[in-house]
Amino acid sequence: MAKTVLMQGNEACVEGAIAAGMRFYAGYPITPSTEIAEVSAVRLPKVGGKFIQMEDEIASIACAIGASVAGVKSMTATSGPGFSLKQENLGYACLAEVPLVVVDVQRSGPSTGLPTSPSQGDVMMAKWGTHGDHPIIAIAPSSVKECYTLAVRCFNLAEKYRTPVIFLMDEIIGHLREGIEIPENVEVINRPTVENPHPKRPAYAPTDNLIPAMAPFGEGQRYNITGLLHDESGFPTNDTKIAGDLVTRLMKKIENNYDDIVEVEETHMEDAEVAVFCFGGTARAASSAVETARKKGIKCGMFRPITIWPFADKELKEAMKNVKKIVVAEHNWGQLVNEVRRVVGNDKIIEFVGKIDGTVITPDEILAKIEKED
Amino acid sequence: MKRDLIINTEWCKGCGICAAFCPKGALKVVEEKVQKVEGAGCVLCGMCEQRCPDYAIYIKESEE
Amino acid sequence: MVDMTNVSKNTMNTADIIYKYMRPEHLPHIWCPGCGNGIILRAIAQAMENAKIDRNKTVLVSGIGCSSRAAGYIDCNSLHTTHGRAIAFATGIKMAHPELEVIVITGDGDSSAIGGNHLIHAARRNIGLTVVVMNNNIYGMTGGQYSPTTPHLEYGTTAPYGNIDQPFDIAELAMGAGATFAARGAVYHSALLAKTIEKGIRHKGFSIIDVASLCPTYYGRKNKKGSAVDMMRYQKDNTVMVEKAKTMTEEELNGKIVIGVLRDKEAPEYSEEYAKLVEKVKGGNK
Repeated sequence: MAKTVLMQGNEACVEGAIAAGMRFYAGYPITPSTEIAEVSAVRLPKVGGKFIQMEDEIASIACAIGASVAGVKSMTATSGPGFSLKQENLGYACLAEVPLVVVDVQRSGPSTGLPTSPSQGDVMMAKWGTHGDHPIIAIAPSSVKECYTLAVRCFNLAEKYRTPVIFLMDEIIGHLREGIEIPENVEVINRPTVENPHPKRPAYAPTDNLIPAMAPFGEGQRYNITGLLHDESGFPTNDTKIAGDLVTRLMKKIENNYDDIVEVEETHMEDAEVAVFCFGGTARAASSAVETARKKGIKCGMFRPITIWPFADKELKEAMKNVKKIVVAEHNWGQLVNEVRRVVGNDKIIEFVGKIDGTVITPDEILAKIEKED
Repeated sequence: MKRDLIINTEWCKGCGICAAFCPKGALKVVEEKVQKVEGAGCVLCGMCEQRCPDYAIYIKESEE
Repeated sequence: MVDMTNVSKNTMNTADIIYKYMRPEHLPHIWCPGCGNGIILRAIAQAMENAKIDRNKTVLVSGIGCSSRAAGYIDCNSLHTTHGRAIAFATGIKMAHPELEVIVITGDGDSSAIGGNHLIHAARRNIGLTVVVMNNNIYGMTGGQYSPTTPHLEYGTTAPYGNIDQPFDIAELAMGAGATFAARGAVYHSALLAKTIEKGIRHKGFSIIDVASLCPTYYGRKNKKGSAVDMMRYQKDNTVMVEKAKTMTEEELNGKIVIGVLRDKEAPEYSEEYAKLVEKVKGGNK
């Protein structure tokens, strides 16, 4: 029997991560993600894992990448200012193809901003924060239960595709307490590795699915990892063909697996004429607004991307076919709304509900846009 | 055991460190590559290989 | 003059070092003619042989800059990371698998400017890393900007009127932060350098070997230090063994490079302390 426990979002994130096999955590204190470090410090040694509080945010992600290269599933967590600092090494993990989960419990910015008020202002940073073209996966939970189940999913995706995955939480969800059922078993995926590690085997030997199989450091494969564009041996190259092929492969290994990675939740969309587009903590207010609207006889539905990046182009286009108006609610000046516009085109009415003052978006504010005569 | 001084001209970058600190003056740099000075009496002490930044000079040991 | 009497013979010749410890297909290396980094890399390989460490269980970690290319030339597990962060990556590797021998190769800018925070905190924790600093007093890869070890009033492309900064002494900095093993070496004394690095590898806990390298291309040219040979000769004439230095006055030591082991003391190693913590927690005594 699955047991039900009262848990905070940040705590559920750690429990999910441990269930997925996380055995290393490196972090630095920052509100509103600090509980993730605190709970990891308590829990990891009990399950044979390790916790270290590093000297800064940059060191934390570097340390987690180091542990992952040595074969241990690793995570680091932070909030906006720390997420800014981690960006360079996030790109390193993308290029070096190191599985890693980076949690960003978003808070109001810019800069030190409004600690520790809710925000969803890091959506674009999650995609474009690190320099250069790179693939990224970002997942946003909107309940404590999802903090658990999606933390598992983050690890599984990171391992499966050998890439960093961003768990894009927000203050609302991180600090929310709810009763959740802890699943007795979760599906756990482990990274592709090599059975007989040998020094002559190239680190990034080509594979059909574009995802390299590499042994952890210390098992005898003896390869090189670098943040420079490299050939399949893992050594730097100035060959433009090889460089271009590498970046293309990195992009394709995610793009080709869009259907596996992208997950959305649709509610009352079958007959919807008005749809609310929302994600993460904002979905809670939106859900309430949608229910109220339906009670008032408005054919209103809700579209919630759970996978934020890659963006759910296909699902959104299909779901909005018969919708006349889309209300986009997000805790920022307007970030994903532009993705929605790009996907649905100009023939739909788009209403935007945003917040940048640290207060939460209320159901009434969303309802007002649903009911607004256009 | 036979011991010979080997120069890998391809790797030599001609910095001259080996020649400058050879106790016997048995090395010289000509057109950015090191050469042996014939008859200078290299004693195969190996100081050159210890300080060569480019691994371009060394004593090779082999069976007679 | 340096006393070499206590230094045992380094048994490997260059051919053996190249074919046993290096990746010859990637040689010759990228460094300039007369660069001291090649000598330091050779000394690291020699030290690995002397310390009898298993290449499969050895990880070389580097950051960015001239020094960073060193990691890839050695045939072991090598991780070429981001600027300044090598020690932080290495900390994760050592924590995850304490049985691995983790050696960091870094430079003066990489370790003490952009990576200064990681250096002092790794020293403070006494985590079992061996850090070899290829200290050439300049940013070489970017073309000769002054670094935290460029001497006062010397020149760099970004110190065109003379450097008004005061330099770091990296070994002293690490000792101030709690390093349990700290040494200084010089490329002129390459055999001694290999033995010193070997001691650092054998040391349990954090060890640092700050090595005076040579950069004739940028530092030398900017500061009229002459050729690589002239810079080597300067090291020959101005290095003093630490034992001898203890008998010298501050005035006599002015401008000298004191080499040898500056500190070697025992203290609990970080990953071992964490293992003890795990045992305690699992045993239920919080």
